[in-house]
Amino acid sequence: MAVVFSKPKALTDAPLHYCPGCTHGIIHRLVAEAIDDLDILGKTVGVAPVGCAVMAYDYFSCDMVEAAHGRAPAVATGLKRAMPDRIIFTYQGDGDLASIGMAETVHAATRNENITVIFVNNAIYGMTGGQMAPTSLPGQVTQTSPYGRDVKTVGYPIKVCELLSGLDAPYYIERVAVNSVKNVTRAKKAIRRAFENQIEGKGFSLIEVISSCPTNWGMTPQKALDWVESDMIPYYPLGVYRDKSAKEAE
Amino acid sequence: MAKVLMKGNEAIAEAAIRSGCRHYFGYPITPQTEIAAYMAKRMPKIGGTFLQAESEISAINMVYGVSSAGLRVMTSSSSPGVSLKQEGISYLAGCDLPALIVNVQRGGPGLGGIQPSQSDYFQATKGGGHGDYRLIVLAPASVQEMADLTAKAFDLADKYRMPAMLLADGTIGQMMEPVELPEDMRTAVYEKPWAVTGTQGKREHNIVNSLYLVPEQLEKKNIERYERYRLYEQNEVMVEEYMTEDADVCVVAFGIAARVSKNAITAARAKGIKAGLIRPITLYPFPKEAIRKAAGHVKGFVSVELSMGQMIDDIRLAEGCAKPVTLCNRVGGMIPSPDEVLKAIEKMEGGEF
Repeated sequence: MAVVFSKPKALTDAPLHYCPGCTHGIIHRLVAEAIDDLDILGKTVGVAPVGCAVMAYDYFSCDMVEAAHGRAPAVATGLKRAMPDRIIFTYQGDGDLASIGMAETVHAATRNENITVIFVNNAIYGMTGGQMAPTSLPGQVTQTSPYGRDVKTVGYPIKVCELLSGLDAPYYIERVAVNSVKNVTRAKKAIRRAFENQIEGKGFSLIEVISSCPTNWGMTPQKALDWVESDMIPYYPLGVYRDKSAKEAE
Repeated sequence: MAKVLMKGNEAIAEAAIRSGCRHYFGYPITPQTEIAAYMAKRMPKIGGTFLQAESEISAINMVYGVSSAGLRVMTSSSSPGVSLKQEGISYLAGCDLPALIVNVQRGGPGLGGIQPSQSDYFQATKGGGHGDYRLIVLAPASVQEMADLTAKAFDLADKYRMPAMLLADGTIGQMMEPVELPEDMRTAVYEKPWAVTGTQGKREHNIVNSLYLVPEQLEKKNIERYERYRLYEQNEVMVEEYMTEDADVCVVAFGIAARVSKNAITAARAKGIKAGLIRPITLYPFPKEAIRKAAGHVKGFVSVELSMGQMIDDIRLAEGCAKPVTLCNRVGGMIPSPDEVLKAIEKMEGGEF
């Protein structure tokens, strides 16, 4: 019998610790599929963040480094400079990348560091139990914004793709979601593209993946996916924000 | 081998290159910027990396990345910048990663000043960042030692899988002296099977990590680490003893304070006072045995420091408060003069403490 579907080699057999309905599992799989498809498992080194994905080092079967909170792009820079022929990716959440690690993110991007950044935006701090994130929506109720995010006192959410595409250097920036089959297919393509860019030596690629957090949003998994569609995507429009290959083709 | 005239900071940089370090990450801060400037010139010519990071925090995390790949790597800074690096240093220690961190100390706390100081002794020798860990801490007292101890620090860091700190000060960093630099300063090659170089499909994945959520495992990790530290303590103490054998008064000083103290000891001897010097070269491990031995015959110790008195605690611990210890110090970028040290020696000799 022909095998038509199996677990990617780039994932270990360790059981994922993520909450029911969380889309980290899908995103892990998409990253692993890209690594398998491009046959780079043996030369890939991943950098795990601090946050829900902290234990990603147990889930990906490539070599892994666990970075301090927000520092993954700096650690990835060191790894890439040490081993230019290896494929280096970071997997980071919104608190890690857009709050405590914003400096590392912006500067890795502006150096066009030849790395792949997978940025999971679920608009909340999941691991610590549901606090306001730099990407929490205006009015969003969290443990640390119990009356809803008040933009007058705590400011507006940070739109990472829009912000980074204001820089001259980064090669590829795209925002995707994983709340529907159609969006998962697009996300898969984008993530693969981000690894291909690195293999070709093109430079910094960041894929923002809009993700859901049923547990801390206080919703059922289905309701959470619906909220991604009705509330998150309108605030964080999907699409390609930077693609330098278009210019190269001219 | 021909001697060349070099600045202390430059001697560190050149010695690092000759020790096989090809990756440097830093952020400008006085009085150590010559190290970065030297690396910026040299590294591109020898296929190495010089990268001016966006912050000290990023620089130390880039160091963490290169060290994870199993290569020799360093960063350098001065006191306020080294405070910023403490998070990364704790992570390096928690992952048992070797690296060299140079601190060319200036006065503090806060922004402090830009003149020499030794007031980061506690930070360097007692931890600095969070958690149970120690650093290899070496204290050069000449430009030659800036070079030699840089090579030694890389060696010890690889051997014991510990981050190493070269604890210098602004004076030695800025001063020029003749220095001899062997072409190759590497002493040994260390296997690094733990490095994350890509599995190549030939082994299980390596993980560089300091997270252990199961308390029994974290406890075990800490205990194993301290067993390694104990070996380091037993094997690697470095100390210079100068005229201590018959000494009645023992000065203890490191770095620039030790050089000033030697002049004071010469002056004291000329006056018929038997003074000697213990100069710790490793600050961790502290040369307890040399102190204990001296405690058997001296009237007391004089701790000469460019701080409000930090190493003095380690002297008292080493000699078990058997003999009096006084402090002769200047701070804020000031350096004690040989006369000031001589006065402190004379007071101790006269039983004034």
